[in-house]
Amino acid sequence: MINLSILILIPLITAVLVLLSQNAKQVKWVALLGSLVQLGYSSLLMKTFMADRAAGNTAQMLYQSKTTWFGVPNVLQIDYFVGVDGISVAMIMLTAIVVFTGILISWNVERMTKEFFFLLVLLSLGAYGFFISLDLFAMFFFLEVAVIPKFLLIGIWGSGKKEYSAMKLALMLMGGSALVLIGLIGLYYNTQTLGGQHTYDLMQIAKMHIPIETQRIVFPLMFLGFGVFTAIFPFHTWAPDGHSSAPTAASMFLAGISMKLGGYGCLRVATYLMPEAAHEYSMYIIVLSTIAIIYGAFATLMQKDLKYINAYSSVSHCGFVIFGIGMLTKTSVNGAVMQMVSHGLMTALFFGAIGMIYERTHTRLVAQLGGLLKTIPFIITIFTLAGLCSLGLPGLSGFVAEMTVFMGAWQNPDTFSRVATVLACSSIVVTAVYILRAVGASAMGPIKNEHYLHFKDAAWNERLASLTLMLGILAIGIYPFWLTNLIAPDTQIIMENLTRGLIK
Amino acid sequence: MLSPTLIALIPLLPVFSFLLIALGGKKYFPNLCGILATLAILGSFILSATVAYEYFFQLGPTAGAFKPTVAVSLQWLPFSPDVSIDMGILLDPISVMMLVVVTLISLMVHFYSLGYMKGETRYATFYSFLGLFTFSMLGLVLSSNIFQIYAFWELVGVSSFLLIGFYFDKPSAVAASKKAFIVTRFADLGFLIGILVLAYYSGTLDFQTLITRLTTPTDQLHHSMAATFMGCSALSWGLALVFVGGAGKSAMFPLHIWLPDAMEGPTPVSALIHAATMVVAGVYLVARLFPIFAISSPASLDIVAWVGITSSFIAAIVACTQTDIKRVLAYSTMSQIGYMMFALGVSGYGGEHGLGFMASMFHLFTHAMFKALLFLGAGSVIHYVHSNDMKDMGGLRKHMPITHITFLVACLAIAGIPPFAGFFSKEEILTAAYHGNKAIFGIALVTAAITAFYMFRLYFSIFWSKDFHPYHTEDGHGAHDAHHGEGPFTMLLPLLILGLLSIGAGFLPFGRLVTSDGVAIVTEFNPGFSAGPVLLALAGIVLAWSFYKKQNNAPDQVAGNIKGFYTAAYHKFYIDEVYIFITRKIVFNLIGRPAAWFDRNIVDGTINLIASLAEIVSFLIRKIQSGKVQVYALYFMFGVLGFVLLFMFW
Repeated sequence: MINLSILILIPLITAVLVLLSQNAKQVKWVALLGSLVQLGYSSLLMKTFMADRAAGNTAQMLYQSKTTWFGVPNVLQIDYFVGVDGISVAMIMLTAIVVFTGILISWNVERMTKEFFFLLVLLSLGAYGFFISLDLFAMFFFLEVAVIPKFLLIGIWGSGKKEYSAMKLALMLMGGSALVLIGLIGLYYNTQTLGGQHTYDLMQIAKMHIPIETQRIVFPLMFLGFGVFTAIFPFHTWAPDGHSSAPTAASMFLAGISMKLGGYGCLRVATYLMPEAAHEYSMYIIVLSTIAIIYGAFATLMQKDLKYINAYSSVSHCGFVIFGIGMLTKTSVNGAVMQMVSHGLMTALFFGAIGMIYERTHTRLVAQLGGLLKTIPFIITIFTLAGLCSLGLPGLSGFVAEMTVFMGAWQNPDTFSRVATVLACSSIVVTAVYILRAVGASAMGPIKNEHYLHFKDAAWNERLASLTLMLGILAIGIYPFWLTNLIAPDTQIIMENLTRGLIK
Repeated sequence: MLSPTLIALIPLLPVFSFLLIALGGKKYFPNLCGILATLAILGSFILSATVAYEYFFQLGPTAGAFKPTVAVSLQWLPFSPDVSIDMGILLDPISVMMLVVVTLISLMVHFYSLGYMKGETRYATFYSFLGLFTFSMLGLVLSSNIFQIYAFWELVGVSSFLLIGFYFDKPSAVAASKKAFIVTRFADLGFLIGILVLAYYSGTLDFQTLITRLTTPTDQLHHSMAATFMGCSALSWGLALVFVGGAGKSAMFPLHIWLPDAMEGPTPVSALIHAATMVVAGVYLVARLFPIFAISSPASLDIVAWVGITSSFIAAIVACTQTDIKRVLAYSTMSQIGYMMFALGVSGYGGEHGLGFMASMFHLFTHAMFKALLFLGAGSVIHYVHSNDMKDMGGLRKHMPITHITFLVACLAIAGIPPFAGFFSKEEILTAAYHGNKAIFGIALVTAAITAFYMFRLYFSIFWSKDFHPYHTEDGHGAHDAHHGEGPFTMLLPLLILGLLSIGAGFLPFGRLVTSDGVAIVTEFNPGFSAGPVLLALAGIVLAWSFYKKQNNAPDQVAGNIKGFYTAAYHKFYIDEVYIFITRKIVFNLIGRPAAWFDRNIVDGTINLIASLAEIVSFLIRKIQSGKVQVYALYFMFGVLGFVLLFMFW
């Protein structure tokens, strides 16, 4: 009933139709319809998946299909191999929501509309492909598909020093994927040969024992390579510049989807395939992520531009993803996945709201804003809610994700983990400070500029986009158990592999 | 007993009203929102009163003690098979008592605001926030799980933030709302880590299991006592950290700085949140975990006692010097909550030893009545005078007779004059302190006298002192044209109801209902013991009378004689300045700014440096690629020659 290739086909067809469209209006509607169909199909996938799991289908990956993509017997074997578990389903759902809302938010893009929407759709195609692939090489292929459009989106439709930012982002992400590429080739040649054939098959590699010497070399390459995508310290500096120069939808995609590619890769590829090395390196991972959490939060305090604020806060929040993975307990890994979903929705909403404000005020500098609650109450309410989600208000998704990470991290009884957890926890205070400063200065207080009185509140597309994201945030915040139920069985499998690493 | 659905409706009705107003009511029927919200909370109150009646009188004690029951429990966020956050409703004497207090005061405030907030542009929004707050507060008191209480704890924090910043175009209100949220957030960090510690050692988040495991000799208790950090057991650390959270919410020294500023919110909000309900959440939290404190970690209980008495004393002194009537009330709130805290701190567990616990809860109950009354009365005064400053007031007894009488009742109650409500609860607290800790008892006595003094300073300054000339105020129209300055009926009725409760609430047989272990205790009235505190309070009142009944220069003279001390107290002992120094100078300038600089210049600089190096190197070596075949042939020749030499001589 479910064919995962449809998830790639829909964006592909949309992209072609976008190219064939006659005018800007057609382009937008085609793109929107395409993303809506995709959202519908992803929801169907999630529903079917949950039903199948409830019916007792405990296979690790559901709806698998496999065809040889590029094979030279006894030399090279690359498969188009797809399949999903709960974690990838959650990620696909996240991608579908962010893509749909990102296209809605971009409704007013006027310059080179066709190319803009084509690139957005292409980017989403890469993300979907990445999340469903079970062949390392195919995964890498889709990862690259998702990188290139970002360069163009920022370089052409961006603002500020956009060429610099686009170049920086593309080079750093490319650097990250180069590390991944080296890592996966290294991994490939160290897989056990079954009949003289190495494999890129993720499921098979997971069952093999990759020699520990190999793991020691490959794991850091992979982890850091994917880590660059999720803005791991100290390779996070593409994020502030990239986000601030990017057009709204690109920021949403970047933070909502692209950063999650990295987190997913760190978990699914690096940690899952190389459990022994994951244990050996966990201390370094924790150190780096704790630094990212704390230092990202403090750096945010000093930012004056709303987009820089959210970009640095994303560094801090994505630190929780890496932190959760690094802690290597079942609960903390669960928390990391929840944080990915939660942060994806929340940051997309935040960037969306910032974009709406910017479109009206033409400034993102907090000092020049003020009293906006009076003129654009809907947008500001959404902006505030995104902020409150970011500071971990119960009832919104950030709270459950962060608390799960903390609970999981605290299960490690050694002093090192304890100290790291306390430090990570303390970021919730700093987060509250910068969020309230940003909200207080831009939304509250007296109106700073006469022009602000003539603003129109959110249009239909902006409202629809905000409410869709808000719905996701509330769904997780109020009923977290459905998300845990979705992902827990599959983190369990990853954990079993990790325990194997521990015993050894 | 009521069905679980009906009990669940108690917190849900306010949240329905919040959603209805926020999602549609605000836009389509803004003027009905107040009535709608009030009806919702009336429903909650009736249900709460029924639950209380049934719990205390129909269900009654089982085997001599009131037993806790879990009416509703839903698994919300599972962490592992044993540990999960559940959303539940726990009914026991303290939660049932709080249920009544919260819904009653909330109802009074809702009703009062119908008049007080009339004509506000954000009238509907105000009621939606009140609904959100009431929901969160009820969720907090009904929590059956320590993480649930933390979640609602954060929610009341954010409701409080929204309501303090209600007049959001006023920069001082924005600053106050941020301050309140951030200071309590800082304290909540302690709470969170405390929860992590307790959850780790007890292996559960459920309150009842947690208390059982950590008060009876189990493995969990043993482990948590055996593990030590910096000389204290993990259990003591956990409890102390949880108490930090409670101290932040309850504005205990030195985390109290947000409370006076929180008075920027509308006055009914101050009555509800910052006097009667939310600020006592810290006391409630300690009471909730009281068996663990008292049985397993008396050391942490000592911290509670000393933090409580210190806050109580300092706040009382500062209150004597403030001129903003709401700030005086804010400090008096802090002082009275200090009373509740140290009462818990000096208490033991079970039977007669638990007198302090019972007294603390009793004081929480009576305080909610008379302090809400004081704030609502102050609201009426401000409504009329359009100023918060007592210098603009005086002689108002002729203009607002009902406010005057009810305010006087509340002042007598808080001063602890019999037979008003505060007398009874304060007596129990002092008795408990006398048996528990003599030093604390001594300071508490002095504080009681100061309390009477500053409350009557407030009373005389508002209602006596000089004559009030309404036509001479800047805003000389509207209400001032009337013969007297009372607000509408909606504002008077709550004053009268709370006035009656402030007189009568003390006669409740509290010791039979709410005790540390659920077993009734008999409290005997001891006139010999009571005479002292009452006389001290009367002395305070007389002093206030001589200073403030008529305008004179005696207060200024006294203030002049102790100038240094007076100035320090007037500036709230410069604690705000210390905080500003820490945040501005240390957090921002020594951590934030360097972090941002480091990121831009060192981390990013390195990345840029690598990029520039690549560019320079490629620029340098590009000449090699000249495109001339002859040059390439030359390179080739040298290359071959080089290799030949290499292999010959190596």
